Amino acid sequence: MKPVFTVTKGMLPVSTSYCPGCTHGVAHRLIMETLDEMGLLGKALGVAPIGCSVVAHQFMNVDMCEAAHGRAPAVASGIRRVHPDKVVFTYQGDGDLASIGMGEIVHAAARGEKFSTFFINNGIYGMTGGQMAPTTLIGQRSTTSVDGRTREQAGMPLKISELLATLDGPAYIERVALDSPAHIRAAKKAIRKAFEVQLAGLGFSFVEILSTCPTNWGLTPPKAMEWLRENMIAYYPLGVYKDAEVK
Amino acid sequence: MGEKVLMKGNEAFAEAVIRGGCRFYFGYPITPQSEIPEFMSRELPKRGGKFLQAESELGAVNMAYGCGAAGGRGFISSSSPGIALMQEGMSFLCGAEVPVTILNVSRGGPGIGSIQPGQADYNQVTRGGGNGDYKIPVFAPASIQEAVDILYEAPEIADKFRNPVMVLADGLMGQMMEPVLLPEPKPEITSADIPKVKPWAISGSEKGERSVVKSLRLQPEVLEAHVSHLFEKYAVMEKELERVECEGLEDAEVVFVAFGTMARLAREAMELLEADGIKAGLIRPISLWPYPYSAFEKLSGKTKVVVSVELSMGQMMQDIKLGVLGRCPVKLICRTGGMLPTSLEVVEKTKKILEEVR
Amino acid sequence: MATNKLFFAGSGGQGVLTMGQMITYAAMYADMNATWLPSYGPEMRGGTANCTVVISPDKPVSCPLIYEADNVVVMNLPSLTKFESLVKPGGNLFVNSSLIEQKASRDDINVYYVPANDIAIELGNPRTANTVMLGALLTVAPVVPEEKIYKIMEKTFSGRKAHLLDINKTALHAWKPE
Repeated sequence: MKPVFTVTKGMLPVSTSYCPGCTHGVAHRLIMETLDEMGLLGKALGVAPIGCSVVAHQFMNVDMCEAAHGRAPAVASGIRRVHPDKVVFTYQGDGDLASIGMGEIVHAAARGEKFSTFFINNGIYGMTGGQMAPTTLIGQRSTTSVDGRTREQAGMPLKISELLATLDGPAYIERVALDSPAHIRAAKKAIRKAFEVQLAGLGFSFVEILSTCPTNWGLTPPKAMEWLRENMIAYYPLGVYKDAEVK
Repeated sequence: MGEKVLMKGNEAFAEAVIRGGCRFYFGYPITPQSEIPEFMSRELPKRGGKFLQAESELGAVNMAYGCGAAGGRGFISSSSPGIALMQEGMSFLCGAEVPVTILNVSRGGPGIGSIQPGQADYNQVTRGGGNGDYKIPVFAPASIQEAVDILYEAPEIADKFRNPVMVLADGLMGQMMEPVLLPEPKPEITSADIPKVKPWAISGSEKGERSVVKSLRLQPEVLEAHVSHLFEKYAVMEKELERVECEGLEDAEVVFVAFGTMARLAREAMELLEADGIKAGLIRPISLWPYPYSAFEKLSGKTKVVVSVELSMGQMMQDIKLGVLGRCPVKLICRTGGMLPTSLEVVEKTKKILEEVR
Repeated sequence: MATNKLFFAGSGGQGVLTMGQMITYAAMYADMNATWLPSYGPEMRGGTANCTVVISPDKPVSCPLIYEADNVVVMNLPSLTKFESLVKPGGNLFVNSSLIEQKASRDDINVYYVPANDIAIELGNPRTANTVMLGALLTVAPVVPEEKIYKIMEKTFSGRKAHLLDINKTALHAWKPE
């Protein structure tokens, strides 16, 4: 009998430690499936961040290293200098990339570093227990904004894809979401494109992935998907912010 | 053996590291070591290497971490406040066992302090600075030749122990010129060699085993075992890397302890004291960690006082006292803030100290 | 031969750092030990550029920092005021009398007044004033062999600067003691 579905070799045969309904697992699998389909698992070098996905190397079946909080783009820049012929990527959350690591991501993008960054935006600090992130929406509750984020107190959420798209360095920037099967399929396409851009030597590629955190949002997984669709996509529009043509 | 050349300290240091096999440099400008990134930006591309100016010292140390994790021989340099920023990365380098060569051309502090030479980073570099149980070997050469020889060897020490290695030079050495014999260049490790030479490094799982370079160990028993492993390694390093030079200890009435440029000043003070009929000796720690405590066992009964000569408010005194173990008093002659004593000043202060202890 | 400590001071652009480097190179070519240290440390205050050279013929240089000097060259007035006291008793002080009208105040040292800029202008290149002064120093205190100074000159004044070699060699001998 011909199998209609097989588990990707890109994921190690273990259960992830992520909360039920968390979309980290989906994002991991999309990236690893893509590398597998492109025949790149043996050549891929990944950088895990600090945050929930600090343990990504326990699940992603490629060579990986950890980075200090926010420093993954600097680490990947160093890796890239040693291995110009490999595929390098960072996987970073919103606290890691958009708060403490803003300097590193902006400069790596501006340099047009030839690696790909997958930016998981779920609008909250997950690992530390649900504090306000730089991407937490106005009105969104967190343990450091219990009545909801206000502009007066905490300023406005950061739109990272738009911000990076103002730079001349990046080759490809797209924002996707993991709230529905259609969006997940689109996300996988974007991930593939990011690697293709890297392989073609066109420069820095960046995919922002709108994700859920049911635990810290205090919602059931289906409700979290709905909340993402209704609130996050409204503030963080999906789409291509910088395009490159891969020949 | 090559010809002797006259080089500015900072440029000689950079050349030595390239000859020692480093091909990757990451740095951020800071006085008094900016000649190093300048030199590397000119030289590395010509010699098959890569230069990258980082956005900050945080960027630089983490680029070096990525480079080292990927099996490359990385080099970073900075000066005191920049080293402070890099120390987060140094803790990660030690935890994840990633080799990197580090040069600290130190200046005055605290804070932004001054750009003049200083040794007030003694505690910073020998006592950690980053979080957690870790150790970094620190070598403090006293001449440009010695600095060149140590920096030439440093990438190999770093690789052998899978640990960062630091060389501490004061700003004065960075600016000074002195004839130096440059060692023969060592062959580089190419990216194709890495899977064989450093199978633990991340170079792609196609090499066979999957590699993970990390410092995270969430289970306490696993982390404890890892730290114990690190400390077994540090114990070997303590045996193998301790370096010290002793002079005139057998009949010295006063023994100076000094490192770097201050050791040269103390040496001249010894000569001046000898002309005045006072026998002085010198213990010159070349490795600040591991500290050469055993050298103090050679102190003779004739020694009435041990004097630390340093450009800090006595940061090395603690280690000296651990070496002296109460055999005699330990005193301090110091200047700080970028001020430098003269050998004559050291002689005068030493005579006063001797009057007190005689 | 004992250790010789030299100190060169002037304003930026007067070639004081170069003078020190030339002697240091020459010392190295003559297989001596030497250190060259540019303005660094407290001497830096006072608006002068300066450098210290220590030459030790047979043993390593103990200390690149000095508290007194056998030979001091001052190229401008602030340097004379500030560094006359650095000359050790019996030592030599070389004063650029083209720019310094004032006389040295000490009588326990040998003072040589060298009109370095005037001589350089007569030679046809005002920029050789530092070489004139270097020549004066070496005439009085031959701390390094002359042929080694020629060697470094030949290396320095080569290629695009080759036309400057002859005039600098001439400048080296342009001053004669009275």
